[in-house]
Amino acid sequence: MARELWEGNQAIAEAAIRVGLEAYFGYPITPQNEILEWMSKRLPELGRAFVQAEAELGAINMVYGAACTGARVMTSSSSPGISLMMEGLSYIAGTEVPMVLVNVMRGGPGLGNIAPSQADYNQICKGGGHGDYHPIVLAPASIQEAVDLMPVAFDLAEKYLNICCILIDGSIGQMMEPVELPEMRPVVRKDYPWAVNGAKGRPRRILTSIYLDPPEEEKTNLRLLKRWREAQEKEIRYKEYFIEDAEFVVIGFGTAGRVALSAVRAARAQGIKVGLFRPITVAPFPYKRLAELARQASAFLVVEMNAGQMLEDVRLAVNGSIPIEFYGRLGGVVPFPDEILSEIQRVAKAKLRADSDPIADWMKRMEMIAR
Amino acid sequence: MQTELILSGFGGQGIMFAGQVLSYAAMDAGKQVTWIPSYGPEMRGGTANCTVVIADEEIGSPVVKNPDVALVMNLPSLDKYEPLVKPGGMLVINESMVDRGARRDDITVVTVPCSEIAEEIGSIKMANMVAVGALLSGLKELTVADVEAALNAHMPGRHKHLLPKNIEAIHKGYEYARAHTVKAKG
Amino acid sequence: MATLMVPENLVYERPHSFTDAPTHYCPGCTHGVAHRLIAEVLEEMNLTERTIGVAPVGCAVFAYNYFDTDFVEAAHGRAPAMATGIKRCLPDHIVFTYQGDGDLASIGMGEIVHAAARGENITVIFINNANYGMTGGQMAPTTLPGMKTTSSPDGRDVETQGYPIRMAEMLATLDGAGYVVRRSLHDPANIRKAKKAIRTAFEVQERKLGFSMVELLSTCPSNWNLTPVESLKWLEEHMLPFYPLGDYKVAPAVAAAKI
Repeated sequence: MARELWEGNQAIAEAAIRVGLEAYFGYPITPQNEILEWMSKRLPELGRAFVQAEAELGAINMVYGAACTGARVMTSSSSPGISLMMEGLSYIAGTEVPMVLVNVMRGGPGLGNIAPSQADYNQICKGGGHGDYHPIVLAPASIQEAVDLMPVAFDLAEKYLNICCILIDGSIGQMMEPVELPEMRPVVRKDYPWAVNGAKGRPRRILTSIYLDPPEEEKTNLRLLKRWREAQEKEIRYKEYFIEDAEFVVIGFGTAGRVALSAVRAARAQGIKVGLFRPITVAPFPYKRLAELARQASAFLVVEMNAGQMLEDVRLAVNGSIPIEFYGRLGGVVPFPDEILSEIQRVAKAKLRADSDPIADWMKRMEMIAR
Repeated sequence: MQTELILSGFGGQGIMFAGQVLSYAAMDAGKQVTWIPSYGPEMRGGTANCTVVIADEEIGSPVVKNPDVALVMNLPSLDKYEPLVKPGGMLVINESMVDRGARRDDITVVTVPCSEIAEEIGSIKMANMVAVGALLSGLKELTVADVEAALNAHMPGRHKHLLPKNIEAIHKGYEYARAHTVKAKG
Repeated sequence: MATLMVPENLVYERPHSFTDAPTHYCPGCTHGVAHRLIAEVLEEMNLTERTIGVAPVGCAVFAYNYFDTDFVEAAHGRAPAMATGIKRCLPDHIVFTYQGDGDLASIGMGEIVHAAARGENITVIFINNANYGMTGGQMAPTTLPGMKTTSSPDGRDVETQGYPIRMAEMLATLDGAGYVVRRSLHDPANIRKAKKAIRTAFEVQERKLGFSMVELLSTCPSNWNLTPVESLKWLEEHMLPFYPLGDYKVAPAVAAAKI
């Protein structure tokens, strides 16, 4: 198919439709309204289900019901709305039914703002809702990547009976890029052995997240964990740039990762041997690959649009073996490449210690910026 | 090779569309391109801008602090972006909406009365396309023919009747700019 | 004895839409009656094989143990939203929720109002027993003025704790509501009327005539601290005056259908 210029939110919505989305339930919130609006036009004309719910609470519970029927279902929202959905997400995880969530992060906490942010990494990657569970989280850095990950997201959700989240921010949602969309596939409702669709010619089925007997709940928790460990083994995705001879590695996901690419290229032009590691699965996180890179590189620089949330995962991967520096912008501020370039230059020159506190050091430098 | 542009003006001046037209042309020319709008709470009347990055390889940052090219359609945009253009870059000014000229001489400056030219063509709404034409006079990556083809290919059917006026506006802007360009010193 | 157990002598049996699970409800509680009425209607309408029930959080959290249909268990108050998701993906199936007053009229107020406003083709069986049964008899949005509960120990003070909500009357104001009625389970005559209403509600859904709800005034002997018989009398004397029985919404299309 030919490339067309698409806005991120609309491209994501259309990609989901083309790979067999049967139902969408959502609630307006900036900066992801274009997904809801696109669905509101396209799904009814295709004879599929669309409901603008009374709130995110309603939306996620409609998704929950639809997921129980075995339909391909998704919702989308942004930070305050995702917080409201946490209840339903926990129930969906506990009931072991598949769904896709598009999470377009904005500045917070609280009402925050509508600017691009990555401050909800911990919220979605570390569970968010109550109970022991882990959603699968994919963090594309471009519209094409987001589009290409839509069928992957549904497949992962269905394979692991889990929530699969596409984690982006408002800049990816609202920018435009040339995109090649997938071909329209026919909708095929799979006949899952767990789906509730009428007990005709078979025993009745019950879908629930309640296990009043603690040993039964423990079994369920272990079943979820087993699937999660399998995803950790099989589903890690990342992209590397200039890694082969890199002495320093910049690590960033999503928008921070692609902004860092510009900085890494500029640093390479200056002769600095720096590479970029961009995780695509942020949950499960590519711990093993980063541990390998920690044996090759002399220092890491983590760049995020938050106060160092993924940094904690990188520190776990590195386990104190090499120095890690951090650069973050907060509250909806997107870093410019030159800010990251000067951080790369600093890291390349400075005598760094593996036992330093990257957050404390960064906060000192932030005071200069904030002034 | 990568070229970064910022287009800025009042909401309602067609700045976003101007950026999209350039993006379509770049895409059709086989290049990588990103178009990203600024966030402003105002739909109209406030300052609106978009950043367009055109490149031959995978684009890193879609946001740019120091563009190669800035197109400013009003005075607040001139004040904001003139200092940020890369040395040796280009500044296109909509003369109709500012009361001062450029202050820098290390960048190429193109000054065009976009609104007046648009009115001569018959619609003040064409000022953005006059500006696009002016911008093309100094942009190596895209030609007027590229943009014409892109407009022809991507303009929605219901707007197709506006195509001749849009193309005329681009040509007028382009021609005017070629006669009113002050090259960067050094 | 054996001669009694022949089909000709059969006057009462478990509906086939029921499983053989023994009840977990307290002695004298009318949940069991409500369950039975639903099961009888599902069987009579031959709907068991294409019905999906949505259980609430509350005493009926285990409703799915009793019905021989597919079932899901919703989060507290969200049953109408979950039912919406199911119904939109299975429009020719029958979807019903079974909710108590805390679930439906308090934490789930948003979901129920908007399901009704959308005219969602689902059936809601609403059990109003004027308190939170499962958590130990706290004040519910339906608790009567002056009524003592574990969280209104001196009786519900409307000055500080507000007034009870009449859900049937409220939802009847919405254009999407096709059939909204209140019935009671305190004596056989009313139970028969309740069953007829439940039947009508499912017929409304089957004919895609919009949202249907049957509110059932019910007893909670354990938390009311009354015997089952006293509870029935208390319901009649105290709840009926505050929650009048009646048909609050019978949409023209429903009336025309002459169900």
